[in-house]
Amino acid sequence: MIAIKNLEKSFGKNKVLKGVDLEVKGQGIFAILGPNGSGKTTIIKSILGMVLPDAGEIVVGAEGVKGNWNYRKNISYLPQIAHFPENLKVKELLRMVKDIRGQEGNEQPLIERFKLEGFMNSRLRNLSGGTRQKVNIVLCFMFNSPYIILDEPTSGLDPVAMITLRELIQEERAKGKVILLTTHIMDIVEEMADEIVFLLEGKIFFKGSLQDMRDMTGEMKLERSIANILLRNDKQYQEVLTT
Amino acid sequence: MVKILKYSFFDLIRSRWSLIYFLFFAITATSLLYLSNDTSRAIASLMNIIIVLCPLIGTMFGVMYYYNSREFAELLLAQPIKRSSIFLGQYLGLSISLTLSFVLGMGIPFVFYGILGSVEFANFAVLLLAGSMLTFTFVALAFVIAIKNENKIKGFGLAIVVWLFMAVLYDGLFLLSLFIFEDYPLDKFSLVMTVLNPVDLARILIMLQLDISALLGYTGAVFNKFFGTSMGFILTLICAILWIIVPVFGLNRLAGKKDF
Repeated sequence: MIAIKNLEKSFGKNKVLKGVDLEVKGQGIFAILGPNGSGKTTIIKSILGMVLPDAGEIVVGAEGVKGNWNYRKNISYLPQIAHFPENLKVKELLRMVKDIRGQEGNEQPLIERFKLEGFMNSRLRNLSGGTRQKVNIVLCFMFNSPYIILDEPTSGLDPVAMITLRELIQEERAKGKVILLTTHIMDIVEEMADEIVFLLEGKIFFKGSLQDMRDMTGEMKLERSIANILLRNDKQYQEVLTT
Repeated sequence: MVKILKYSFFDLIRSRWSLIYFLFFAITATSLLYLSNDTSRAIASLMNIIIVLCPLIGTMFGVMYYYNSREFAELLLAQPIKRSSIFLGQYLGLSISLTLSFVLGMGIPFVFYGILGSVEFANFAVLLLAGSMLTFTFVALAFVIAIKNENKIKGFGLAIVVWLFMAVLYDGLFLLSLFIFEDYPLDKFSLVMTVLNPVDLARILIMLQLDISALLGYTGAVFNKFFGTSMGFILTLICAILWIIVPVFGLNRLAGKKDF
């Protein structure tokens, strides 16, 4: 269970989160959606303790997040942009993360699935964007953590890798894990999400299943539903959506 | 923390810069030693290089390393480790690897010259100690500056200014103030001014050890008069250690409060 209570965060004058309450119970895939800058990544980073909230409380499992670090052993995180120490080889990076986490990872099947065998001895700075993202995915999924947090997992992937990733996420869901996911590809959300959380201007605008969303907006396609919400709420988006 | 330290250290020690830094000191020390053929003289000359260069390299590498390893830090922040261990580990990794380059670069030529059994050994050891402490101080200051400034250009600029101020400008301003206020008793003032600058502290530490009164300078002479050589030495050492502890403490606090 992940419970967020009244989370507030501002960066300078910019209030990003204005009191977010969110409870992720049970298992399955929870998609966090919202326009750019709505605070998706800030929520995720707050859960990980990378961003320190101004107010509010976060509990992961049974442990509070504030001032704690041990709970992170239960979380696998796939960051939006893959940042690695550039001088390391892929092999060394995997070994290092395993060592730092103090956990055994099961990376071999993942390496084979993403066809990374040939890159194990290359340095990270020489890898292409897509390959780095694949390494990133391997790093995230090689540990058997009960919570998986994916921030834009598909960025830079080719269609084959994209399909593999989808399968992978589905397999993890079948194992009964809690998966938090942000993405702008609505197709993925429609295919996989058990629950949708829609953020708007630092607050949770909507939480419910895909069907609830359809009922509320009267649109069949998720993309349209979201456009519908945005249009209704903020005239400034009108311009963007009509073009 | 030890794990982070280990990875930072081995990452750095493999880099080309460590080798260049090492070679620079090795070549300088060798040439000074064999050209002057006099250990004390070589030590005094090296002192002048060290008190400018160790802070400079510490500052530059500190800022550069922090910005370059931001990615590494972000990767680590999502792992089950304490935040302070990440930054202290990186700090120690860099400081130790720089110190190692420095100590080996200086040490090897001197050992070949036969410093180990000679009477000058203590002087040489103090020289190494002063350089190492300067490295630790300035790497910590650089980390503090870099953590405070997201903008790399600003961070670099500020770090250079701090180095320039402490290593070059400070002395000038100090002398100027002594000159302007020469009618007043300035002993205590100059003592305080010296303690406030780690570069001066390092200089005095070496001077007190070498006991070359001609090179002591005004502050050194005041120190000597005020505390006597051994007491002055211990006090200087304590102040220099504080110049490491306080910035590291600040670094730890800043890192604990920062959003990534």
